[in-house]
Amino acid sequence: MESLSGRKKVLEQKPMNFWERMYLPAILKGMGITFMHMFKKKETIHYPEQEREFSENWRGMHSLKRDEEGRERCTACGLCALSCPAEAITMISAEREKGEEHLYREEKYAAVYEINMLRCIFCGLCEEACPKEAIYLDGPIVPADYLRKDFIYGKDKLVEMPIKELEALKGATV
Amino acid sequence: MQPSGCLKKVNNPRVAIKRINNPRVVLKKRINNPWVVLINKQTTQGLRIKQFKNLKLADKFKVTIDGIPTEVEAGTSILNAARQIGGDIVPPAMCYYSKLQGSGGKCRTCLVKVSKGSEKDPRPMPKLVASCRTNVMDGMEVQNITSPEVVEARKGVVEMLLINHPLDCPICDQAGECHLQDLGYEHGAEATRYEFDRRTFQKIDIGDKVQLHMTRCILCYRCVFVADQITEKRVHGILGRGDHAEISTYIEKAIDNDFSGNVIDVCPVGALTDKTFRFKNRVWFTKPVEAHRNCPTCSGKVTLWYKGEEVLRVTARKDEFGEVEEFICNTCRFDKKATNDWVIEGPRNVSRQSVINSNHYDKLQPAQVVKKNLELMEANKEQFERATKF
Repeated sequence: MESLSGRKKVLEQKPMNFWERMYLPAILKGMGITFMHMFKKKETIHYPEQEREFSENWRGMHSLKRDEEGRERCTACGLCALSCPAEAITMISAEREKGEEHLYREEKYAAVYEINMLRCIFCGLCEEACPKEAIYLDGPIVPADYLRKDFIYGKDKLVEMPIKELEALKGATV
Repeated sequence: MQPSGCLKKVNNPRVAIKRINNPRVVLKKRINNPWVVLINKQTTQGLRIKQFKNLKLADKFKVTIDGIPTEVEAGTSILNAARQIGGDIVPPAMCYYSKLQGSGGKCRTCLVKVSKGSEKDPRPMPKLVASCRTNVMDGMEVQNITSPEVVEARKGVVEMLLINHPLDCPICDQAGECHLQDLGYEHGAEATRYEFDRRTFQKIDIGDKVQLHMTRCILCYRCVFVADQITEKRVHGILGRGDHAEISTYIEKAIDNDFSGNVIDVCPVGALTDKTFRFKNRVWFTKPVEAHRNCPTCSGKVTLWYKGEEVLRVTARKDEFGEVEEFICNTCRFDKKATNDWVIEGPRNVSRQSVINSNHYDKLQPAQVVKKNLELMEANKEQFERATKF
């Protein structure tokens, strides 16, 4: 039947000639291409040791930010969890006590904050929903692990290191 | 500012003179009004003196609000007349509470324009009026959302209310069911123009179950009226004047009354909060369920706010205008937080637009075809059963 779009191509199969039936020239040509690649620049990298540069809008592991004074910005408003299409975020809030003003920015804070990295689809909606600029997906690729429970990241993995500790760590490595 | 139409008319002496000089017009109009029957007496000075002969209660007053005509009883406020119509034309109210006598007239969010005073005196009212405090007249024409003047004024009122109100909805427990939040979203500008420090207060415990954070208060006086009317004696009130005004109790005296918890429900913002629920969870993650119990002190009709299998909060049932239907006692509110204390009636209807309704599934609404056809009913039997199970 005639094609309606007119884009159909009918393959013609001619019988092979002598050189084609020999097979060797085709094999040699193919091997030539393979050997040529040995002298070209490698496209792969040794991943965990080497890392590629991320693009500016890359969305990786989440981090919970601190403000200029090193206090946690997150106020456990739950908007990230509300916006999350994968239902990956949960939290338990608590009220800031007297004397904790240097730890938490607002009068309420997230006592527990968990992201299930297996559920997360890295869409960045939590980042967009956050009214306190507390969560950013600016980390590296979430590493592989063996157990499912280890993919539920708590505050210990998510919260940014305080500035002092970060400087101390830098000083130690230098 | 351009002078509005109403001002012009008052200032125009000719209009006024005309009206006085033509007694027939006046007479005819006034007699037609069923509210008051007037007798015009000729005095020695030649002036007409109005005399009230028979103050008869009119059966119904005709009012038109935003072009929608309705008939209400005499003595109804414009706000309540609008509420009888319902829909978008209902002016928002932050301080007026129909269950609290004397409330209203403080926040000015319910401002409306009266473009025609009444049938007998069709002049418009010179200024925008607070609809909760102004009663309807026969033949009155009111503009709410159809008047740009009102919308503009309301925007100003919202900005005024937000001068000292902190913009910390992410922290506040009221977020998600806060009237000021809705109002700010609908009318307010995105950012504040206020550059100075907002007034801040320490949190105060009013009793062991209620916490007051004056920073959030908009001074609507509703809680004061609750204390006046529902409880026998009031121990809290407004201290200070003007900018220094604050809700407080003398020497932080505890409110000790069976119905004191109602101040939480009545508060339009998050100034008075339930200490048993405070910061436990966000409103939109909890699921409201209607329930009742046999309570000796109150009606026992409440809304339970579930998170999973746990009752996080008990509140009174609120109607479409955010007002409590029946006040509940403190035992129901604070102490009965187990499912077996209650008789569950069913899930509460939450408006589709509300954030509380997010991520919740609606009732099964089968297509008309399915409802009529027995075969299709049979085929969808499993779904119907699941839906009725709740």
